[in-house]
Amino acid sequence: MDVALSVISLARFQFGMTTVFHFLFIPLSIGLGLIVGVMETMYVVKKNELYKHMAQFWGKIFLLSFAVGVVTGIIQEFQFGMNWSEYSRFVGDIFGAPLAIEALVAFFLESTFIGLWMFGWDRFKPGLHVAFIWITTLGSSLSALWILAANSFMQNPVGFLLKNGRAQLVDFPALLKNHQLWLEFPHVMFGSFLTAGFVVAGMSGFALMKKKNVKFFRKSMQIGLIIGLVATFGMLATGDRHSLALETDQPMKFAATEGLMEDSGGKNKSQAWALAGQYDEKNHTSVWEVDVPYVLSLLAHHKLTGFNKGENTVNKELHAKYDKKFGKDMNYYVPTNALFLSFHVMAMAAGVFGMVAVVGLWFSRKKYTDEWLVKQKWLLWVLGVVTFLPFIANTAGWLITELGRYPWVVYGYLTIADAVSPNVSAGSMLFSNILFFVSFATLGAVMVYLSARVLREGPDDLMIDETPVTDPFAEEAFKK
Amino acid sequence: MTTLQILWFVLIGVLFAGFFFLEGFDFGVGMALKTLTKNKAERDALVASIGPHWDGNEVWLITAGGALFASMPNWYASLFSGFYIPLFLVLLALIFRGVSFEFRAMMKFEKNQGIWEWATAIGSFVAPFMLGMIFTAMVKGMPMDAQYNVRGHFFDFVNIFTLVGGVAVVLMSYIHGLNFIRIKTIGDIRQRAADWAQKLYLVLFAGEVVFAVLVYIYTDFFTKKPILTMLILALIVLSSVVSYLATLKDKEVVSFVTSGLNLVGVVALLFVGVFPRTMVANDAAHSLLIQNASSSPYTLNLMTWITVFALPVVLAYQIWSFYVFRERLTVGKKSGH
Repeated sequence: MDVALSVISLARFQFGMTTVFHFLFIPLSIGLGLIVGVMETMYVVKKNELYKHMAQFWGKIFLLSFAVGVVTGIIQEFQFGMNWSEYSRFVGDIFGAPLAIEALVAFFLESTFIGLWMFGWDRFKPGLHVAFIWITTLGSSLSALWILAANSFMQNPVGFLLKNGRAQLVDFPALLKNHQLWLEFPHVMFGSFLTAGFVVAGMSGFALMKKKNVKFFRKSMQIGLIIGLVATFGMLATGDRHSLALETDQPMKFAATEGLMEDSGGKNKSQAWALAGQYDEKNHTSVWEVDVPYVLSLLAHHKLTGFNKGENTVNKELHAKYDKKFGKDMNYYVPTNALFLSFHVMAMAAGVFGMVAVVGLWFSRKKYTDEWLVKQKWLLWVLGVVTFLPFIANTAGWLITELGRYPWVVYGYLTIADAVSPNVSAGSMLFSNILFFVSFATLGAVMVYLSARVLREGPDDLMIDETPVTDPFAEEAFKK
Repeated sequence: MTTLQILWFVLIGVLFAGFFFLEGFDFGVGMALKTLTKNKAERDALVASIGPHWDGNEVWLITAGGALFASMPNWYASLFSGFYIPLFLVLLALIFRGVSFEFRAMMKFEKNQGIWEWATAIGSFVAPFMLGMIFTAMVKGMPMDAQYNVRGHFFDFVNIFTLVGGVAVVLMSYIHGLNFIRIKTIGDIRQRAADWAQKLYLVLFAGEVVFAVLVYIYTDFFTKKPILTMLILALIVLSSVVSYLATLKDKEVVSFVTSGLNLVGVVALLFVGVFPRTMVANDAAHSLLIQNASSSPYTLNLMTWITVFALPVVLAYQIWSFYVFRERLTVGKKSGH
């Protein structure tokens, strides 16, 4: 293999690996911040200790995910300079600003206030203590906003001029007004709420099978499902807007997610939607497809007719547009099968989330008793399995976003090949890749192990009444 | 070179100095976790002493990295790609150290807690050691090409100067951590921290002499800026002498502040010595200058305004958080989390 090529592949692999791993924990911790905030607020308002125990119990999972999210985040910031130094030189003027602002206004906030929240239960009045979790969640959300502002620039570069071969920032507000940002940010936020909602509901499902602390986990499950259901609607709405914009912003990405090799539809023609399919990425043809009539027009145009370009048409257009700049040999095709599959996994997951939330909420209504609910093994199992689905859907979402901008790092301006560090050896990158992989596998395993143990032990240790019973003959003394 | 460019060079120095002052002591406490304690209760007390703070302290490094990227992208690119493996080891150390506190707290058995205590201790050692090596190698001069790419070999990174630099930062952090332990604990462990610190100061004095000699041999600091270099070196020695005397007299806050200033002094020495360059190349023509390294005036201006408004707020709530958790920890008493 060509050495230059392998450095690029290794750098790409590392970016993909670190981003995906980081993004397993970030949505969980942002979302759990919200859920724990909701629970603690209910405690402050209703003064019911149950909600305090819920906030503390789910807070343990929140702190675990926060810790892993933080440490994997540092890699993101460093690897641009380490693996992509040419990229850093090209866009530092623009891309660095949101990263620095993120650290300054968001990351300091969340990391300081999470310390106050974690260690401050006994020091502050409930009304003030609950503010710390909200400030932490606000900080994480601001983090997401700035990071996505940086990512949006790569997807849809705005607010700059090319000067001496470098991108130079001329309009900072444009970075924040970038329409790509307002497609990504709400989608990611709803995705975070959804993730945490179904994780809380699903873990509660597992716990309910044990028939212990039923009241506690039933209430947790309801809160998780309500937040999950609202977030699912948010996901559908923001995802739909995102897709519509892709048709014009990045038509190649759109065509691949729908498996369109050739143009589809026309002025008064309907478009069939590929429910499943496989594509020949060498000859750019479809191998097989299961088509459903009309559905693509409905999805992509909200009508029964419509037109979309296929990959082959887009490829010709991109060559016409960019050959002068990047040469005739540039490959503009994206990995179709990966994008198609990722998109379909994501879309179908959304359907599953919606159904599970509705069914789960239906059967946890007041009408059904605790005894009845814990006997509904099928329901608890479905919820339990769904715990893992958000992580798959989130990963699929990032794969679409990032693989779909091939061959560019900065869409239309800087190719991946021109962005990589010229002075880092393949050996160094292989070394870091292997060690990162092993480390992530270790962290992931410990995280799952600890979460499972927290769940197995349940909230009992939080519920021990700390005030000692002074009268040995009091009624409470016998209950212990 | 414009005023804005100089301002940002100084600000990056300030951010790194802030990082070493703050995270320096929690690195030190992390190392002490496996070298100073005798039982689990003492280890619990040490972890609790930095528990609420280490995360906020580390953000100083993240902010320094982000500010470097935003204000001097060429420096960021040259430094981070040029010191790939040492920086990778810093990252690895910070990853395992970062999760270790949370994982330790959740482990049930002492044996499993021990694994994560080692992660804290080793991570707390490797990160400052590697950062010390990186900074000394950076000022020593590296083989760089005309595009400012560092193309160094093993002995450019690892040599007597960089090794001493690494050890120096570790030692200063360790002493700084011991001083923090003296502020935050009472009883046996506090006395042991004081005894250790008193011995280590003597090593540090010897180390400072060696370091000064190596700076003379390996860098152009003495030839280019003799007065400033000697002045800062004198201040470093002075702060460590004061710190030592304060330890003898049991003035813990004075010794903590001055051991922190020690680290700040080293950062100041390196930044002053390098100026007006950012990366020193063996071939002087290839050195990366502040004026070539920095962002456009527009970006620098923007970043300045944001910093002017945000930094005081950050400082205010970080100081408040230290104030909230100000009381001493009693060994053996369960605290908070």
